[in-house]
Amino acid sequence: MLDRALKGTTGYWSWLVFLLVLIGVGAGCYLYQFSEGLRITGLSRDVSWGLYIGQLTYFVGIAAGGVMVVLPYYLHDYKAFGRITILGEFLAIAAIIMCLLFVLVDLGNPVRLMNMILYPTPNSILFWDMIVLNVYLLLNIVIGWNVLAAERKGIKYQKWVKVLAYISIPWAFTIHTVTAFLYAGLPGRHFWLSAIMAARFLSSAFCAGPALLVLLCLIVKKVSKFDPGKEQLQTLGGIIAYAMIINVFFYLLELFTAFYSQIPGHMHAFEYLFHGLDGHGQLAPWMWTATGFAVVALILLIIPATRRKQDTLAVACVSVIIATWIDKGLGLIIGGFTPNCFETVTPYWPTTLEILITIGVLAVGFFVLTILYKVAVSIKEEASA
Amino acid sequence: MYDGGKIIVGLIIGIGLFLSPFIYNAGTAAKPPDPQLTKKAKEAKVCVAPKAYMRESHFKMLDEWRHTVVRDGERYYKAADGKIYYKSLQVTCLDCHSDKTKFCDQCHNYLSVNPYCWDCHIAPEEKK
Amino acid sequence: MGVDRREFLKIAGYATLFGLGGTAAIDILAPGELEASATGIPLTRGKRWAMVIDMRKCLAQQDKKKCKDCMVACHREHNVPDWGEPQHAVKWIWQDKYEHVFPDHPNEFVDEGVEGRPFILMCNHCYNPPCVRVCPTQATFKREDGIVVMDMHRCIGCRFCMAACPYGSRSFNWGDPRKAPKSLNPDYPTNKAYPERSKGVVEKCNFCTELVDKGELPICVQACDKIKVNALHFGDLANPESNVRKLLRDHYSVRRKPALGTGPNVFYII
Repeated sequence: MLDRALKGTTGYWSWLVFLLVLIGVGAGCYLYQFSEGLRITGLSRDVSWGLYIGQLTYFVGIAAGGVMVVLPYYLHDYKAFGRITILGEFLAIAAIIMCLLFVLVDLGNPVRLMNMILYPTPNSILFWDMIVLNVYLLLNIVIGWNVLAAERKGIKYQKWVKVLAYISIPWAFTIHTVTAFLYAGLPGRHFWLSAIMAARFLSSAFCAGPALLVLLCLIVKKVSKFDPGKEQLQTLGGIIAYAMIINVFFYLLELFTAFYSQIPGHMHAFEYLFHGLDGHGQLAPWMWTATGFAVVALILLIIPATRRKQDTLAVACVSVIIATWIDKGLGLIIGGFTPNCFETVTPYWPTTLEILITIGVLAVGFFVLTILYKVAVSIKEEASA
Repeated sequence: MYDGGKIIVGLIIGIGLFLSPFIYNAGTAAKPPDPQLTKKAKEAKVCVAPKAYMRESHFKMLDEWRHTVVRDGERYYKAADGKIYYKSLQVTCLDCHSDKTKFCDQCHNYLSVNPYCWDCHIAPEEKK
Repeated sequence: MGVDRREFLKIAGYATLFGLGGTAAIDILAPGELEASATGIPLTRGKRWAMVIDMRKCLAQQDKKKCKDCMVACHREHNVPDWGEPQHAVKWIWQDKYEHVFPDHPNEFVDEGVEGRPFILMCNHCYNPPCVRVCPTQATFKREDGIVVMDMHRCIGCRFCMAACPYGSRSFNWGDPRKAPKSLNPDYPTNKAYPERSKGVVEKCNFCTELVDKGELPICVQACDKIKVNALHFGDLANPESNVRKLLRDHYSVRRKPALGTGPNVFYII
């Protein structure tokens, strides 16, 4: 089936070459980081995780979001999604690959990665995160590939594939729950020490993942003869609307607890993020941008006319992605470390090298995604031809 | 044969890559290892374990030492002859075997093993 | 069995010769304990090491001179380089303002005796350490005697422990210590008997396990005792008659962020 990725238009090939260039630049920067250490990043002893771990968190969400097409199809027998489940599963594969790479580039000693398996440690959430992410990756590869292979032959997929699909549904919830537990169980980090963290993660995943899927479907429709379908996008629009409303609602719950209780530790991170603390306010414009996009997204998603219209739905999806990315990929990690253990502020901003490495990893993900989508779409085109 | 030319070219490149290390190293036989004991080591006559064991398995002992020292806080080793040693690569081993290039590196280089001990453990300064 | 005590002391002393000098002071272990350790009886059993910092004595000394003896001694003993950049600093024992050390004791009208004064900070060697809980490789772990240690051979540098530690006691090697600026570290490595670190591992105060396991006091305590300030007291909380238990019985002491349930084993007498 992979051979379908070898035949494509000039546009397809130029896109891949473009991604390869970004991957090359990222790999070069990573080699420099590998030899010099993480001091080439903007990280510090006070903000010891940053852009890389933020992206890990965000893309676990994207991966988990894929379940929003798998669940209605397999559990509710919502036939319309049968056309696009494969796109959700392949998006999850690309997202998980990015996640694993983001962990890898963040490690101080990547050559010792196998120590996590040589010395398994069940009390560490990171150990469980490794397990759930890898199993989810494997599940999606096996399910996606077999379903697609069956479709190519014009037969129904085997029964055991369906069993795996059932397993993958709760599994999608666990990957993001466990990722939230990385943060939510740490004493002394008030911003993260919140029981609603996992629920917040899931709600933002279930709007961001499908939002990206809608945009990808629109691109697929444009560049291929395969049409993911109008009804499918409508339903996804509805899912995104609910998830985004819940996501914003959960965020407001956090704000209430912090600001009504007036406990300084609980308010500080929010003050830092939206206003600035001790004269450091570099994230405030970002957080207000996120707020703006969240409002735009909510308006466009809640009003039926704009949600149903393809162009405005696309704008809503872009807004959802920007808002959730700033919240989770940037604010969540930096806010968790600010103020630090001494109630002072150490500013963090990623360096150019760090950003280039991040873009390199993203390019790997989109490279994998392009190849997988090319294969899937080619087979769909053949099947309908 | 489909694409016969391409396959043959591919095969030649593949075999060439496979053989490249042999070609690269052809004619430059590595010097056999010749580990030298320092005067102090010679005078001591015995190491913490018999010579044959140390030659073949010193890394196993070092691994055990590092595990017991770092993780269990056991700093002393009782040799078979009852002698007590302070378990430390840097302080005990390298005290006798102070000539790293003439001792450790001889076999390590020959066998192309690259232990990362020296990333942190300080080798004694050697007189040129 | 039957190791001659004099011969044993010779070995112990021999080992210390490579250190900062000083003699093998078997003063924190019971007689015979060290010898027994060579025959497999763990030194760590049944102990709970702790530090009591008498800040009254420390601050009195701070008034006389800007004393940094404990910090200098520790960082020399453990080959801690100076990076010259606060964001990449490696800290085993250091100072910070009272208000930063005890941020959960805010007081608008704080006692002048402590207001803005430098307090001594180090790893708390928590009884219930969150850093150990989160480590995915057991590279950081709690010994039987309560000392929270790093196994630098195993650390993968994920920095989960740094996120988990509520005391900022953990430092990451953002670069290779051997590449730290020479101008700031003219005689690095300062202790030829102690290892350095590779880049990409986390490190922290180890309560001087390398000395404690030989029956000696931690180097910061030795440094403080050397100038007769005696502000730092190291001892065994499991022993009701120990120096630290006596001090804690006789004085009101505080610990950092006790509400978090980590159970710090570093106590401050103010």
